[in-house]
Amino acid sequence: MKIPIVRLLAVAALFAPLAAFGQKNGCIDCHDQLDDELKAPVAAFAADVHREYGLSCEDCHGGNPATDDIGLAKDKSYKGAPARGLIPVFCGGCHADAAAMRAFNPALRTDQLSQYETSRHGLLLKSGDAKVAVCTDCHAVHGILSAKMPKSTIFPWNIPQTCGRCHSDRELMAGYRIPADQVEEYMGSVHAKALFEKKDLSAPACNDCHGNHGAYPPSVTSVAAVCRQCHPSAGELFSQSPHKKAFDELGMGECETCHGNHRIEPPSTSMIGTDAGAVCVQCHDPGSRGFETAAEIRRTLDGFSAAYDEVEGLLGLARRKGVEVSDAEFSLLDVHTVLVSAENLTHGLDAAAISKAVAEGEQALGGVRTAARGAVDEASFRRRGLAVTTAILALFGAALALKVRRMGRLRRGEGSPGSPGPTVP
Amino acid sequence: MKRRSALDIFFGGSLVATIAAFLYPVVRFVLPPKRTGASVDSIVAAQAGELAPNSAKVFKFGAAPAILVNTPEGNLVALTAVCTHLTCNVRFDAETGTLFCPCHNGRFDLGGNVLSGPPPRPLEAFAVTVSGTDIIVSRRG
Amino acid sequence: MAGSLARDVWRFLDERFLISDLAGFARKKMVPEHRRSFWYFFGGICLFLTGIQVATGGLLLLYYTPHVDAAHESIQFIMGGVKFGWLIRSVHSWTANILIGMMFVHMFSTFFLKAYRKPRELTWVTGFLLLVLFMAFGFSGYLLPWNELSYFATRVGTDIAGSLPLIGPWLKTVILGGPEVSQATLTRFFWFHVALLPAVALSLVAVHVLLVQTLGMSKPIGERGKREIPFFPDFIYKDALGWTVILVLVGVLCVFLPWEVGAKADPLASTPLGIKPEWYFTFMFSTLKIVPAHILSIEGEKLAILGFLAGGLLWMLVPFLDRRARREEKNPLWTWIGLALAAYIVVMTVLTYTVPNL
Repeated sequence: MKIPIVRLLAVAALFAPLAAFGQKNGCIDCHDQLDDELKAPVAAFAADVHREYGLSCEDCHGGNPATDDIGLAKDKSYKGAPARGLIPVFCGGCHADAAAMRAFNPALRTDQLSQYETSRHGLLLKSGDAKVAVCTDCHAVHGILSAKMPKSTIFPWNIPQTCGRCHSDRELMAGYRIPADQVEEYMGSVHAKALFEKKDLSAPACNDCHGNHGAYPPSVTSVAAVCRQCHPSAGELFSQSPHKKAFDELGMGECETCHGNHRIEPPSTSMIGTDAGAVCVQCHDPGSRGFETAAEIRRTLDGFSAAYDEVEGLLGLARRKGVEVSDAEFSLLDVHTVLVSAENLTHGLDAAAISKAVAEGEQALGGVRTAARGAVDEASFRRRGLAVTTAILALFGAALALKVRRMGRLRRGEGSPGSPGPTVP
Repeated sequence: MKRRSALDIFFGGSLVATIAAFLYPVVRFVLPPKRTGASVDSIVAAQAGELAPNSAKVFKFGAAPAILVNTPEGNLVALTAVCTHLTCNVRFDAETGTLFCPCHNGRFDLGGNVLSGPPPRPLEAFAVTVSGTDIIVSRRG
Repeated sequence: MAGSLARDVWRFLDERFLISDLAGFARKKMVPEHRRSFWYFFGGICLFLTGIQVATGGLLLLYYTPHVDAAHESIQFIMGGVKFGWLIRSVHSWTANILIGMMFVHMFSTFFLKAYRKPRELTWVTGFLLLVLFMAFGFSGYLLPWNELSYFATRVGTDIAGSLPLIGPWLKTVILGGPEVSQATLTRFFWFHVALLPAVALSLVAVHVLLVQTLGMSKPIGERGKREIPFFPDFIYKDALGWTVILVLVGVLCVFLPWEVGAKADPLASTPLGIKPEWYFTFMFSTLKIVPAHILSIEGEKLAILGFLAGGLLWMLVPFLDRRARREEKNPLWTWIGLALAAYIVVMTVLTYTVPNL
């Protein structure tokens, strides 16, 4: 049976990529024998995502891996390591080529390079500044891991550290007149707590607000749009409130003005109101409508919060005293949801709406309060019952002891021990 | 002839008191309580007509809250009210006809599917049947 | 008037049940009184506490449901929704622990007093079997609330049973009613706890008590004093005094330390750190933890388990092994063995709770 040689070769060529596995790689063999920075690529590459797709040194750097001779290895196709400024285009050689990427991972985006070119990093690079971040600064080099892997430099909870390598460097940032405290500020925020302590991967890190490849400091208006991605209800309420027009006219950032940008603290009712720590008095003078509204809202929320705390305390007391209160605690959860809802409503600045929501909550709280008081009463009832029962048992015990003593005396008075004696009542 | 002494009266009396002190809790225990146990597989969540269209009611189902919604079209749906993000209670948002979690703005449709926000999984849905005037919610499957 | 009514009732019962002879026997029954007769009370305490368990257990049956979807909820209901449910359940849980503790005391006191010597060998054997049965009561009952601790303690405990050579895996499947802790296990443990074990235990208790009544109380070897008191009513009154004290103790415990409901068992959750069985198993549990992985190429754990089985068997057969006791001679060897065992149990139990990450 004669199989045309061309067809055979064509079939074999289909398996060509597989040939990379198990084929001799002179680059790796040789570099593995070297030290430090010349050996590092080999060690790192073992975990690299490109390796999983059958790619190796020559696919990026060119050269001939089939030989051990360094002169022959660095043949005409050898590109070497690209200069920093040329790295984006170097990586983009494949990653911006949709047809090429389709062969490996059709679902992967191919617009990273074009996005990068619009980013602050990309624009500065184009103007000749090679100190800015290029692909390898964030993605690492040779040991590149997919963003889904927890050890990857771009896994959500590693991103602040990755960005911080440059953005926390005071000297480096001084040259661009940018502060270098953003990562530090972020790490004190409620978002960082959610990401690092609660391991909530939906919590934002640097890239969620600033963009990935197209990272650019957000403008005043765009910050709010970014916040609205996850906090739409607060955003909607704000847009319907008098603040929206006022902030727009004053050119103030919608969310940022009150909540900050990097160090966003967990919100609390102490932010609203007319005392020193409140945000409202930064703009609203005493006597003004805003001032009065702030005070009213704070009063309403504080009242509800205090009532909630009181009932929670009662339930805790009953629980500590051993009374089963999980039913009441369950109902309290619902009230807690109302409290959170009411606090969210503050973005709408509608004191009447907040009062209405709080009134609903207070009604539900009333039921829980009754149950809590009942539970505390039950604890007292148990202790009283114990006292009474112990008293009765003590009396009975005393009666028994006296009986035993009397019988003992009677028996001893009967003469020889051991004789049954008279039947003692 | 047996003589009834003071000690005997004391003994008999305290014995009776002791027995009574023990019988009282036992009798109260055996008499059925008002609430008859925890229903965990199915429960009468509401009565017909209790819920207006486009409104909802939160009730206890087993050990967790559940929500019964009367849709604008008049259909009854029941789902768990525990948000799949960080277990806050979801509420019915009548304006949009969706279930909304105020803690981190998670939003679900009435089938339990996540529409927006951080919740990672849909809400478990329950079966609703109407028997006479009782609206019964029960676990599926 | 009350006196003649009582006499009429007595006469009615006597003509039908022929109890006069029994009453005569009871009236003549005497209990020795000497320096060590204080220890006689512990048997009665065990019987009394068993009665409390039967009563409170029977009451709990009224509201408990042995199904994975309802067990935990029914316990919560008993603790919060039923009048005095908290009391009945807490009494049951606390008394279980106190009872097993008292059984250990009773066992060791009869051991050191050599009460097991002829003709009371079978009293000792049935007593030891009762201890094993009541520990099985404790193990099976512990799962019934279906909370986190019960689920994992059962898993760990049955894993140990499953590691026995040859019969281990089969035994584990039979105990669990399947390959792992599931609804089948809950139903099976419920059956153990309210049907099988009570039937066997009550029969053994009947035999044990019958033997005690028939043979009377054993006196320590060499005790020559002849002082005695009547069983009815003197000893009974003293017994009752002890029971009253224990009742007060149990009451205080239940009001100030009611038994917790716990979190509902979640088979998909990871085993809580430091999971331990109930305290009366901990001396064996900690032994298994500290035993080296291999001893002479045999798995250390398996060797330890076999050791416990062999040790238990020997302990049960002590009346037949202690020849000198049979001759009414003191035998320091067995006394020392008993002391060593008691010390071991106490030390290992204490270590479980004081040494972190044992």
